[in-house]
Amino acid sequence: MKSKKLLKIKILIIFILTCLSFKNSAISSSFSEEQTINITKNLRCLICQGQTIHESNSDFAESMKKYIKSELENGKTNDEVFSSLIEKYGQWIVYDPGISRNTLLLWALPLLLFLIGGAIIVKKIFRKI
Amino acid sequence: MQFLEKIKKSIFSLIILILLIISFFVFKFALQKEKIYTPKMTDNQIFTDFKVQFLIDEKQINFNKVLTGKNFYLINIWSSWCEPCKDESEYLLELKNNTPIMMIGINYKDKKKNALNFLKLYGDPFEQIFVDKQGLISINFGAYGVPETFLINNDNKVLKKYIGPLNDEDVYEIKKITKN
Repeated sequence: MKSKKLLKIKILIIFILTCLSFKNSAISSSFSEEQTINITKNLRCLICQGQTIHESNSDFAESMKKYIKSELENGKTNDEVFSSLIEKYGQWIVYDPGISRNTLLLWALPLLLFLIGGAIIVKKIFRKI
Repeated sequence: MQFLEKIKKSIFSLIILILLIISFFVFKFALQKEKIYTPKMTDNQIFTDFKVQFLIDEKQINFNKVLTGKNFYLINIWSSWCEPCKDESEYLLELKNNTPIMMIGINYKDKKKNALNFLKLYGDPFEQIFVDKQGLISINFGAYGVPETFLINNDNKVLKKYIGPLNDEDVYEIKKITKN
């Protein structure tokens, strides 16, 4: 009786440990995979323009994916990866242009159009009243 | 009143016309502009703290140990499967023989046998050659293809970057920079 109980406990422990080990590996790999995809979707493939690194199968894109994975495995955050790539390749590599003198119009124009449109609407409504 | 309305209408159409003309010129010049982008480093410092592997004896070394003792270094990323690299090798040999630069080769995504054959055929301009099997070292340098050449000084600052094979003008420029 006792040995049967012991065996059951042993099996249970082994089962739990196996589950835990699978869970851990699944989480860690999918986590870094997802993070890599998130980063590569926001990077421009420099030799196949119009595509992101994520979409491209070019040599450059494949190396870039490996590079980003290894950087993440070394404990770097998304922002650190982005900023190190901007340092190396310039602002052009990211699809999210930062605010600078060159991109000021890009950022300000929608806001300006929104304000002008709003002003026209407000004016029309008040005129009706 | 009618007169005012008329002026308003004509001003409105004038504004639209001006906007159309402006957008025409914006598109005209924007589309004419060269679209091939060459990456610009925001900070001209090269990252050197990583391990590299020698092509010949396959030993590993930290790259910042390689960059010691000289005033100028030329890092050339090449491969045996890269056609323009063949034309480039004579310029690299010229630089090796006539300048005090330390020539460093990065063998990009290549097979050792093919790389050695290439050096036998076209000459070996390099003092040290490292392998970049996965293309990660090239990304560390901010490169995106072969051939690509970096002229750096002893502060690890990139003085010049050449995308594509070197030519006469580039060699002249490199000689001029390294003379001073």
